[in-house]
Amino acid sequence: MKKKVLVIGVIGADVHAVGNRILYHAFTEAGFEVINLGVMVSQEEYIAAAIESAADAIVISSLYGQGELDCRGMREKCDEAGLKGIPLVVGGNIVIGKQKFEDVEKRFKDMGFDRAFPPGTLPETTIEALRELLHMEEEA
Amino acid sequence: MKPVLLIDFGSTYTKVTAVDVEAGCLLGTADSFTTIHTDIGEGLEKALEKLHAKTGELDYAARYACSSAAGGLRMITSGLVPELTAEAAHQASLGAGAKVLKVFSFQITEDDLEEILRINPDIFLLVGGTDGGNTECILHNARMLASIPFDFPVIIAGNRTAARECERILEGHEVHLCENVMPKFGVLNIEPVRKKIREIFLNRIIHAKGLSEASELISGILMPTPSAVMRAMHLLAKGCEGESGIGDLIAVDVGGATTDIYSMTDGMPQDASTVYKGLPEPFDKRTVEGDIGMRYSVHGIVDAAGIGRICQLSQLSQERVEELLELLDEHKDMIPESGSDLEKLDFALASMAIETAVARHAGTMEETYTLMGLTYVQSGKDLRHVGQVIVTGGSLIRTTRTGEIASHALASPAAPMSLRPLKAEIRVDRKYILAAMGLLSEYEPQIALRIMKKELEHDGYSEQKNS
Repeated sequence: MKKKVLVIGVIGADVHAVGNRILYHAFTEAGFEVINLGVMVSQEEYIAAAIESAADAIVISSLYGQGELDCRGMREKCDEAGLKGIPLVVGGNIVIGKQKFEDVEKRFKDMGFDRAFPPGTLPETTIEALRELLHMEEEA
Repeated sequence: MKPVLLIDFGSTYTKVTAVDVEAGCLLGTADSFTTIHTDIGEGLEKALEKLHAKTGELDYAARYACSSAAGGLRMITSGLVPELTAEAAHQASLGAGAKVLKVFSFQITEDDLEEILRINPDIFLLVGGTDGGNTECILHNARMLASIPFDFPVIIAGNRTAARECERILEGHEVHLCENVMPKFGVLNIEPVRKKIREIFLNRIIHAKGLSEASELISGILMPTPSAVMRAMHLLAKGCEGESGIGDLIAVDVGGATTDIYSMTDGMPQDASTVYKGLPEPFDKRTVEGDIGMRYSVHGIVDAAGIGRICQLSQLSQERVEELLELLDEHKDMIPESGSDLEKLDFALASMAIETAVARHAGTMEETYTLMGLTYVQSGKDLRHVGQVIVTGGSLIRTTRTGEIASHALASPAAPMSLRPLKAEIRVDRKYILAAMGLLSEYEPQIALRIMKKELEHDGYSEQKNS
């Protein structure tokens, strides 16, 4: 079976590279083909990479608190670029301050994200969610 | 003595260069008007007469030629995302010495088809999608192409998953399959396409353009002229067995209609605090500025630089500059007399042509503040450490102020984010031998390199201006 393709990267003016490397290895290990855009990735870069590689999902990381601003309009841009319905997943320190994660999750879902993960999420949890989103269990 | 003749059939001039490969030295150069409309051999004969008047009759062991006559190698490319596969296709074609008339991205439309038929290119390069990635776009574009009557060869160098199907869609046409220009995301693989373009050029294009009439006289037209210059510059930078190169360089060719820039350097970020963005660029990169040229594209230079800077550099009033520009529009073949206002204007135009073209070729650096402090984001090639600037083109090799004009290739405090060379030695191709040396490098690289090192005249050393 063809491997599922993920486009990953750290969005905005965020230079946290370590988590990004860990996710790259974890996703690759789990059998995904991973296109890693590294740090300081703009919305347009995720979308361009996803178009060329016919990606199955985009996984966005953010650790510096500005994730909500950086992610705004991402779903609309994907629609505009012809990536209608592509699964969007986000995780990390995606907002500033102590907020209830249920509220945060709801805001990101309202923005068109399929899944949002709080700080401290293990790669396994995200992998599980991706398998579900991409209906990989049924196919296997 | 073992003389070899090297010929460059240019769009305006046919240039001949004689080299003694036994002694490893230049015997002489000469030129004459290209005669593409009658028999291209006529112009060649005239140039040879002039050459032999200087050198005496020569009995050539071999004759090699390159050509940019009859419009050069005209290409159209189509890719998927503009900054990704479409750019990779563009780079591959430029690197093969082509004149790229149109770059399509995403799906080709009916209007685009009309344009393709009107341009009627020598080669069409069809790409799109990484291997295993998007197939929709390239298949759509192949089907669109198949719907029109055309007679040019098509190179397919996109997603390998779709390659065979594209070939079937275009059945009945000359189709060449090639490795993907971008097999994985962000990985540039343009060498196979460059080779394929050259192969098609050799087998097909030179006949179609009536250049083969001259082929009885010569051992073969080997490549398009820009491709020969590219080879010469690669050799000059890198060296060959037994002879070292001069290191990283850029070359500037300011022509009448266009300006070509070549850079031979890796150009990737020099330190860990810099993040690189965008498609990686090839070691040997060529760009062509279609709106920057000394006669047919003067207005492009003025638009890019602003009339104010032209006036300042030429030390002429705006009225006088405008008057001269109008004059140039009517008389494209004007050559300035020494001390004339036109010479002053040409100085300003050439300086700004170089500045604009090199700035567009070079990468840029952006400063971004992050929580980790100041970070730099680089896109395109970093040329700051490049230590050599090679200058060629009629407008530059015929003036005495070449070094001063060429210094505009360098970094300027006015544009601190443009990654142009900080300081460099300027060398001038006074005898116009770059293309010839590119041809010779195919057979005698060591001799070609030695001749270039000797003949490219030093014209000063420049550092970033502090004005």
